[in-house]
Amino acid sequence: MGERVYIFKGFERFWHWAQAGLIMFMMLTGFEIHGSYANFGFERAVNYHTIAAWTLVGLWVFAIFWHLTTGEWRHYIPTTEKVLVMARYYSSGIFRHEPHPFKPSQLNKHNPLQRLTYLGVLLFISPLIWITGWLYLFHADWLAWGLSSLRLEWVATGHTIGAFLMLAFFVSHIYLVTTGHTATAHIKAMITGWEES
Amino acid sequence: MGLNSLRQAAGLCLAGLLCLFSANTVAADAPRPLKLTTTADHSKFKELQREFQSGPDVTKACLSCHTEAAGQIHRTKHWKWEFLNPVSGQTLGKKSVLNNFCISVASNYSACTSCHVGYGWKDASFDFSVEENVDCLVCHDTTGIYKKPPGLAGNPVVKDTELPPGSGKIVKGIDITKVAQKVGKSSRDTCGSCHFFGGGGDGVKHGDLDSSMAAPDKELDVHMDATGLDFTCATCHKTSSHDVAGSRYTPTAMDKEGAHVRGKEDKSNPATCVSCHDNTPHKKDERLNQHATKLACQTCHIPEFARGGVATKMSWDWSKAGERDAEGKQITRKDAKGRIIYESRKGAFELGENVRPEYFWFNGDVNYTLVTDKIDKPDGVTRINWLGGSPTDGKSMIWPVKVFRGSQPYDPENKTLVKPHTAGNDDTGYWKNLVWDKAIETGMKDAGLPFSGKVDFVKTEMFWPITHMVAPKEKALACSECHSKNGRLAGIQGVYIPGRDANPLVDRLGWGIALLSLIGSLGHGLMRFAARRKH
Ligand code: HEM
Repeated sequence: MGERVYIFKGFERFWHWAQAGLIMFMMLTGFEIHGSYANFGFERAVNYHTIAAWTLVGLWVFAIFWHLTTGEWRHYIPTTEKVLVMARYYSSGIFRHEPHPFKPSQLNKHNPLQRLTYLGVLLFISPLIWITGWLYLFHADWLAWGLSSLRLEWVATGHTIGAFLMLAFFVSHIYLVTTGHTATAHIKAMITGWEES
Repeated sequence: MGLNSLRQAAGLCLAGLLCLFSANTVAADAPRPLKLTTTADHSKFKELQREFQSGPDVTKACLSCHTEAAGQIHRTKHWKWEFLNPVSGQTLGKKSVLNNFCISVASNYSACTSCHVGYGWKDASFDFSVEENVDCLVCHDTTGIYKKPPGLAGNPVVKDTELPPGSGKIVKGIDITKVAQKVGKSSRDTCGSCHFFGGGGDGVKHGDLDSSMAAPDKELDVHMDATGLDFTCATCHKTSSHDVAGSRYTPTAMDKEGAHVRGKEDKSNPATCVSCHDNTPHKKDERLNQHATKLACQTCHIPEFARGGVATKMSWDWSKAGERDAEGKQITRKDAKGRIIYESRKGAFELGENVRPEYFWFNGDVNYTLVTDKIDKPDGVTRINWLGGSPTDGKSMIWPVKVFRGSQPYDPENKTLVKPHTAGNDDTGYWKNLVWDKAIETGMKDAGLPFSGKVDFVKTEMFWPITHMVAPKEKALACSECHSKNGRLAGIQGVYIPGRDANPLVDRLGWGIALLSLIGSLGHGLMRFAARRKH
């Protein structure tokens, strides 16, 4: 057991878990709206999904503000450095108990593969869900906004694609949480803020 | 609470009750609050204070004051039974069209015209210009005793009469003088005396109009609710110069005109939902107003028709008519609830109560297969009328419809539908003789149409948009009725309905990558687990 590093600040941890809860809930209600199963019933699923969407909006407003004012946004700048090293670690080193090639720090929280993945989520999946979700939400106003040739079918399909990508990310993310220096290191860090290495 | 305070409370209650009673006695002395909707009591008019001998006799008295009324009636569909569809150019109206219920008026006038707003239309030679042949009473009766039995060409029975002649059955005469002295505004009962019984019996034809609508509760119809809003038919079907608004030949499928406002000129149909409720009636949820740009109000707010305890006919198979029992007599068969499902003179029926409508895009165009039109597919289904509409024409809404299915006689040589002579105590009337070719020959001759002498049967359909029996808002359709895989709108094309629709490719790929990430994660984890064991 080596030194402990303080990685995730209070707001960041709150943001992460609130967002995690919301996204799980949105997947649960969203795929019900999609017709994949019946749980709350269509009407309540729509209402809950809508409430969750607005809550997520609120959360993001705070999060964006926080990232900009604290400069934390820099953690998502992509880097090619050590990407291959990380990839090699995950595909072979990890099975041979080689040491984790990445040491998280205050200045560098995410390993290079994480950076790329989170950036993908931020730049592709989220905007896709957001933009289509907003349009979906304001379907009644399309005419007034001059969007008369937009079709609900396209928006809904885009939103659904975003939802599936989010689901895939979610599954992998849960697994990758266990690939820290120890199986529980990452999750502990996100709960307490301290990463042990 | 102690015993004392309980006693006090009981005392107070008693005092309160006494107060109520004394207030009532006071009210009884005051003038009775009569809720009159008119300034005229017709029984006080000299012109009406005499014994009337017949319908036209009464009408002459009415016209002595209401000098223009007959002329107004003469211009209406109610009088002419004729309507020229300005869009299709087809000549419609009860006089010309045929349906898949009792089929056609031609040669059956005396029976059918018991629902004509006139007296004496017994054959094609009826004189439509005679003023006193207008029947004022059938719409303006308030006594409920005015009746026009079939077979008398629209005349009421004024003296006790044997009907049909020779049957030994006596129909008692009504006090037409009393009816004349008590006239008033039209009511659900007067309109209903014909419109509830279309197709030859209570509730047969429409499904959303039957005798249960004479005094419905709120559950059955929020507007006509007899102890609530108490609308009459004319509240919505607002009449101007005796011409009643609303039409089954040119209905308003999409009303973009908004609510009618006093002082603003409104030529649009006053009988639509929108003419009162406006185009954005949902105050709490804008999303529902969005729905209302594609769905007729009726689609969600009339979840089922025939909800008042009166069954409506859903199908009628004339090809089964004609059976006789061992003694050669006509027979009837009833279902477990005692409702007639077979009559020798009419054929076999299916009945329905609390029926879920079928749904179609509808733009207001109603087209008819007329008796002069060729039937192109005798093996298929001939649509006697059909509704125009499509998701993309900008004029259509999704409407609830009663589809009435049947099988009826046609001429396989001339390839046309036919107008049989059904009612009539004579040698060719089908209902008496059960012989098709004679009945059809008489009917077609009366209509001035050719008939080959051959008879076969063809399947037919008619489309009746549903618009009455509006349920309380809590009973409007729940979202999942349509937002589900096999919901009510399963057959509706041209709209994306969340919960019903999904791009199958996106679904397959989507679940595919989700599954792959799961398998990948599990595989990776398993390998780590195995590797850990070795060390
Ligand atoms: C992780 C986040 C989210 C997931 C997984 C998700 C998932 C889904 C899915 C699968 C559907 C059904 C699509 C269909 O079959 O048509 C849906 C519907 C919808 N989503 Fe989302 N969604 C998310 C976020 C959002 C956000 C952020 C918004 C708004 C800003 C939003 C607004 C909507 C709306 C309005 C609907 C349609 C509900 C209706 O039928 O009225 N969603 N969502």
